[in-house]
Amino acid sequence: MTRGQTIAAQGLARRARWRAPEIVFWVLAFAALLLPPGKHLLLNEVAILALFALSLDLILGYAGIISLGHAAFFGAGAYAAGLFCKLVTPDPLAGLVVGIAAGALLGLLTSFLVLRGSDLTRLMVTLGVALVLHEVANALPQWTGGADGLQGMVVGPLLGRFDFDLYGRTAYAYSLATLFVLFLLARCIVNSPFGLSLMAIRRNSLRASALGVPVNRRLVAVYTLAAAYAGAAGALLAQTTAYVSLEVLEFQRSADVLLALIIGGAGWLYGGLAGAIVFKILQDTLASNAPQFWMFWMGLFLVVLALVGRERLSGGMRGLLARVARR
Amino acid sequence: MLRREIAAIAALALFSSAAAAQDTAKIGLILPMTGQQASTGKQIDAAVKLYQAQHGSTVAGKKVEVILKDDTSVPDVTKRLAQELVVNDKVAILAGFGITPSAMATAPIATQAKVPEVVMAAGTSSITEASPFIVRTSFTLAQSSVPMAEWAIKNGIKKVVTMVSDYGPGIDAEKSFSDKFKADGGTIVENLRVPLRSPDFAPVLQKAADAKADALFVFVPSGAGAQFVKQFVERGLDKSGMKLIATGDVTDDDQLNGMGDVVMGVINAHNYSASHDSALNKAYVEAFKKANGGLRPNFMSVGGYDGMHLIYEALKKTNGSTDGEKLIAAMKGMAWESPRGPISIDPDTRDIIQNIYIRKVDKVNGELYNVEFATIPNVKDPVKAAKK
Repeated sequence: MTRGQTIAAQGLARRARWRAPEIVFWVLAFAALLLPPGKHLLLNEVAILALFALSLDLILGYAGIISLGHAAFFGAGAYAAGLFCKLVTPDPLAGLVVGIAAGALLGLLTSFLVLRGSDLTRLMVTLGVALVLHEVANALPQWTGGADGLQGMVVGPLLGRFDFDLYGRTAYAYSLATLFVLFLLARCIVNSPFGLSLMAIRRNSLRASALGVPVNRRLVAVYTLAAAYAGAAGALLAQTTAYVSLEVLEFQRSADVLLALIIGGAGWLYGGLAGAIVFKILQDTLASNAPQFWMFWMGLFLVVLALVGRERLSGGMRGLLARVARR
Repeated sequence: MLRREIAAIAALALFSSAAAAQDTAKIGLILPMTGQQASTGKQIDAAVKLYQAQHGSTVAGKKVEVILKDDTSVPDVTKRLAQELVVNDKVAILAGFGITPSAMATAPIATQAKVPEVVMAAGTSSITEASPFIVRTSFTLAQSSVPMAEWAIKNGIKKVVTMVSDYGPGIDAEKSFSDKFKADGGTIVENLRVPLRSPDFAPVLQKAADAKADALFVFVPSGAGAQFVKQFVERGLDKSGMKLIATGDVTDDDQLNGMGDVVMGVINAHNYSASHDSALNKAYVEAFKKANGGLRPNFMSVGGYDGMHLIYEALKKTNGSTDGEKLIAAMKGMAWESPRGPISIDPDTRDIIQNIYIRKVDKVNGELYNVEFATIPNVKDPVKAAKK
């Protein structure tokens, strides 16, 4: 091993080291399972949105692909899991795998469209793919139930033992465990040479290719991976609510996840997670206090966030965390 | 002495607050308060508040507390909110439900938790079959469409083009209208559908114009009527000699006055008009307008108003018991006078039985109203009736 390689390997190892705040974060997330029943349904939605935002972070934060149609993969996963549950077997884990596969397949197919053109083109292409899919789902009511939604899903017990209860505890445990496993995988990936090459592409794809990074192949790979993650999030939603509607493919869903990621900050894995927590809890609190006008407060919050600068907020937080970690 | 009094008062206060917690019946009201269907939410919320203002918030010794939640018409949110209301707030009854998917998504919760689900808006026929705990106080699309078809054939309309929003209620409307119309000897030239979300009526309207039918039968959901009428006029179809017939969703009281004189003469069939001629309705409209800054109540509002009445009366019948099965049993077969006329709950299907009125849009005191001119009494949901 040359000296340069050793330094690079050490750098990667340093990046991949677990820090105390991270461990605290996950311990708290799992400890929330022990809370008295009541908040698990919301936490389940938070975990699903977090996984979805993590998926978007992989392409936006790491590879620099901006997307306004990420719901396409979410929806594909949701419908795949839903139909699989209805037609083949009600086992949730098998359904989750099918959802992931559906997302990945769609991601692989559409990734070639995304390779073309600049940010603006990508914005339009991703948006277009989601719109097309939404219309397809709408036009095939015999499969998807159309605007009435996919009904009659009876999801079997998890691992053949744990039923999805009214309180949502099983649902939260299931979603959180899935999130955790996929997060670990994402963490390994972004801290690998592959992850570094993605960041190089984001900063300057021309220079990256000059360095010998196969730009297109890397982008196809990460896009497919992110789509698989989004498919998993969609499958989780379908299974924990035992229902799929056209809203899984709606533009609003793509916009929400982008907002969540921007609130939390793109380009670090906890950004999507933090954003999902803030976004969902804010939305829930505002909506239950002001059912008619909560969107106003939500909008105000986003404007203030933009004015104050999230960078400053999260940058300060990260600085603080880093200082704590160094001690 | 003084101390003993204080202790007694404190004990009393403690006792009564404990008793209050025991003696509340909570209603989880889930409505679209924002988004495309916001007008539905607004109307029903206003009607529920009006009912409580008029009838007090205590019934059969229970304090009735309504918890309002906004589901933004997203069914998985509706379901989560319903679940939270049942689990956290321990609601005795779930109510509201602006659109069919929301009502359907909540059905398993109602069944599992044995909590009655009072559907105050959504109009697809099959909703009440999704759970034995669902009761409906709104209407079904078939209820309006079949009488419309009967009227059309009796009044010399032979060839019809139908145009509906492409989702559950729309398909119900299309099917029940077409079946009845054909059975009575009419011809359906074409069945056209427009997407529910962001509808563009222009291409469909062109097709309708080319078909040269006697009449165009239309269903669009509450809130989308004004847009439809605007494009209908822009295409010049109002001058083509083709009649416009509809379910009352299109000439929704909430928007009717703003649609302009072009809608005058439109014939439609529905369960409620703000101009319904009864003392009860006059008082209802007046009180509703007074409480809501002049807003005219529409057919969604009576769904909410009657839903509350059904809940109150059921609680009276069970002597304040909030047991789901007892409440549903009490609701079955209940009959009363509503602002829309006499109504009852079908004991077999838990769906509403009501009069359907044939109306014509006309000017009354300078404002546009659906003026009722014929009544078809006690209409059951034709889709479920046909299944038997």
